Amino acid sequence: MTEIVMDQTPPLLQGPSEKERKYDRQLRLWAASGQAALESANILLVNSGAGTVGVETLKNLILPGIGRFVIHDNALVDEADLGVNFFLDDGCYGKPRAQCLASLLGELNPEVEGDWSPKTKNDSLGSLLKKSPLFTAIMYTYPINHVELESLEQYSKEHKTPLIAIHSTGFYSYFTVRPPGTFPIVDTHPDETATTDLRLLNPWPELVEFAKNMTKDIDGLDNFEHGHLPYVVILLHYLDQWKATHNGAYPSNYKEKTEFRQLVRDAARTDNPEGGEENFDEAAAAVLKTVAPFSLPSGLKEVFEYEHKDPIQERSMFWIIADAVKVFYTKHGSLPLPGNVPDMKAQSKVYVQLQNIYKTKARKDAAEVLQTAQAIAGAGREVDPAEVDLFCKNAAFVKLINVEDGGDATPLGSKERLQQVLRAEMANDQVAEMTLQPMSLFPIYLALRGLAYCGNASADKTQIVEAVKSLLSDDLSSEEYGDLKEKMDNVAEDLARAEYGELHNISALTGGMVAQEMIKIITKQYIPIDNTCVFDGIKSRTQVFRV
Amino acid sequence: MSSAEVLPGSESKRWKYLDNVRTRPGAFVDPDGFDGSTVVENMDKIKILGAGGLGCEILKNLALSGFKDISVIDMDTIDISNLNRQFLFRHADVGKFKAEVAAKFVERRVKGVKITPYNCKIQDFDEEFYQQFQIVVCGLDSIEARRWINATLVNMANYENPDSMKPLIDGGTEGFKGQARVILPTMGSCIECQLDMHAPRAAVPLCTLASIPRQPEHCIEWAHVIAWDKEKPFPQLDKDDPEHITWLYQKALERAKEFNISGVTYSSTQGVVKNIIPAIAATNSVIAAACCNEALKIASSCAPFLGTPGEGEPNYMMYSGNDSIYTYTFKHEQKEDCPVCGMTARVLKVNPKWTLEELIESFATLPEAQLKKPSVRAEGKTLYMQLPPSLEEQTRPNLEKTLEELGLTAGTEIAVTDPAFVGVVFNFSLRFA
Repeated sequence: MTEIVMDQTPPLLQGPSEKERKYDRQLRLWAASGQAALESANILLVNSGAGTVGVETLKNLILPGIGRFVIHDNALVDEADLGVNFFLDDGCYGKPRAQCLASLLGELNPEVEGDWSPKTKNDSLGSLLKKSPLFTAIMYTYPINHVELESLEQYSKEHKTPLIAIHSTGFYSYFTVRPPGTFPIVDTHPDETATTDLRLLNPWPELVEFAKNMTKDIDGLDNFEHGHLPYVVILLHYLDQWKATHNGAYPSNYKEKTEFRQLVRDAARTDNPEGGEENFDEAAAAVLKTVAPFSLPSGLKEVFEYEHKDPIQERSMFWIIADAVKVFYTKHGSLPLPGNVPDMKAQSKVYVQLQNIYKTKARKDAAEVLQTAQAIAGAGREVDPAEVDLFCKNAAFVKLINVEDGGDATPLGSKERLQQVLRAEMANDQVAEMTLQPMSLFPIYLALRGLAYCGNASADKTQIVEAVKSLLSDDLSSEEYGDLKEKMDNVAEDLARAEYGELHNISALTGGMVAQEMIKIITKQYIPIDNTCVFDGIKSRTQVFRV
Repeated sequence: MSSAEVLPGSESKRWKYLDNVRTRPGAFVDPDGFDGSTVVENMDKIKILGAGGLGCEILKNLALSGFKDISVIDMDTIDISNLNRQFLFRHADVGKFKAEVAAKFVERRVKGVKITPYNCKIQDFDEEFYQQFQIVVCGLDSIEARRWINATLVNMANYENPDSMKPLIDGGTEGFKGQARVILPTMGSCIECQLDMHAPRAAVPLCTLASIPRQPEHCIEWAHVIAWDKEKPFPQLDKDDPEHITWLYQKALERAKEFNISGVTYSSTQGVVKNIIPAIAATNSVIAAACCNEALKIASSCAPFLGTPGEGEPNYMMYSGNDSIYTYTFKHEQKEDCPVCGMTARVLKVNPKWTLEELIESFATLPEAQLKKPSVRAEGKTLYMQLPPSLEEQTRPNLEKTLEELGLTAGTEIAVTDPAFVGVVFNFSLRFA
């Protein structure tokens, strides 16, 4: 049985450790569990070209304390490197770029292990991949050569390694995150404004009894008691009253809800110095959000309806637990209770009692899910109660990333997919133009892809646009192509002036975003992009696409 | 061959990538109005000021953007909790001044860049000091400091002297979120106009702290505000002293135990007392780079920048990275009644039965004022002055009088000043509720 209530922490003999003090500001975001995941991570960067954006990304991973990094870079440090890359200095001139980067990046955090390649002429990316400990994630930057790219894709497929592609040139950049298959996130950290499940329309006996006891003579309560009724109890009381006068039905539409809200407002006592009661204000404010019939959140629905290709024994624990929650949901018509209660005006004793009622029910539900999960997993697999707890607490907010749409949908990463997205973006642009909304950044993504396709620094705007045409193949109508060329014209021209070089600011900004996404993938917290983010450094905007 | 001609850039091959872009007009700038040959020389001469917690990122970025004469102001010394993101500092630097250490590091790493550090507060300097800079980039950690530099730069701006108009580029972060904005003093929305984007956090009611705590935060704040005041374990609270935090933590724990509340930890105690904001290198990278990107575009004119004056031209980028990645880049409109850059008085709804003291206290929480020590004058008459002490004593009796009694009516204009914002007068036009 899992303990959701945290015991009082015994007084510390000494304060937080030095590591806890160093990482304090980030531990507040992803806690010790996230930090542990980071510290076990082994990250590979395959670097090329102006070589800055991948390095800036690494900086933002080394500082928070990933376990290990390796840089593979065939270049020797030249003059131009020193004008764009912060992690190289005059002493590096002529040396293997990978070596110098590893050294200067390594200084950022003595707890992180760093290595570099190739050390000899015989070292290739292939040999590095073979002899290295398993990589947690691999990132590469353009202009990577296609042989190396192929070995990375091969490795990623074999070991199910997330692969991240990054391209930064001039004022533009994009990066694509490809997790290995469908990627579930339980710990999505929903915003504070997200609805807490108070189960007011479906209360369980203990909660009903508690509320009834507090309100059985509500009008006879003295002003102090009345003014300290927790708003959960107030709402339960008046919902009961409503049911009695509405044939057992709850307020169901907006009109009824506002009527109900007014009923609650009117119930507040006004014959006091404040002219009202704070707890009744809280109750009225909570009506629209909490007096709402249950509907299965879309993220969880997607999880329940997911079509697996592998047998249950091969699935991750996430899916085992998800199945168990599905069983729970099918049986009870509701999800396991998350169990947290927002703060509200109430006497301390009463509030704690209310909290415990919710926590007890949550624990009970989690125990039931745990039992079911263990039965599904079978004798050979141990189900971690803490994992079940986490899922039950976050069930309403779980999310799947990188789901291959089945059926007629175009496969991710394919030419057809590019065309599909392009057409959708062009259609959006027509509306955007009329409604003064910002235009699509997809032409920027295509231009960068086109530049990589050309593969050379002197590609001019015409060549870039031609390359994009090849990428999309000839399935575009001449009208569509004309439209595209018009939108890409300026972008391709601006891109061409950079001659495949990087601007430090754009690479630093992109490096920040890529690191943030890699942290989400490694810690399995917060919601990663799905799957490509484009940055426009002229307009200072981003846009996410699924390509 | 590239279609754009390579105009004379810096001699060194070192700045090839930067020069390819900054000396060419690109697709979004009118080539007729653009002279790429002077960009490098001009930028070499620009004095740029960076300050604040995003300082490491800003200095690195500016140095690699072609700026040669950079000044940095920061009053802080290096703390161990900075090391997870302020990457110019090492363990051995803990206790030293940030500005100094950062300046030395970047000067050594990027040759040809001069960085002048100032280990003090931005408020320690006057208009004459700020006159020497062409661009100001800020990554400050308080709204007060931002309002101060904004007011200073707006006050200095005189459209008859273009050199006095100094673009202010401001960035801030919190966890996975942040914003970058560009202010052209007097020509568009300023920090004061944008005060409504930062609502002050609601304080926990005193009765909750005193008698009905429910959350661990209530117990901690009780220890911080009530128990400390009563027991005075040390003469002055030092929020950075682990011994002080431990005292508060133990007290909060005792209180929590009394009310059966779980969840008080050392970490949460520190968080509440110091109002700690989570911070990571990644988000700081994004925001600092967005700011410095604008600085490069402003300095070189090689591409359109945020804050370009004009209808619908965006000046503000909001960034959010916790749920996918979102930016919202928009134009925040200048407010006519902005106390700093506007022309008209701001409407203020008051209760005529309020005492002057109640009015004065209300300025602290009023979102569009947020003034902690306001002094008030009305149509030539001084109603209450916080300083100097002699004047304070003289005007103190007015505090008890109601606004009605003081002769204030609907439409009266009052002028409010605050020592935190020297040179700024907050003009309000009263309306009786």
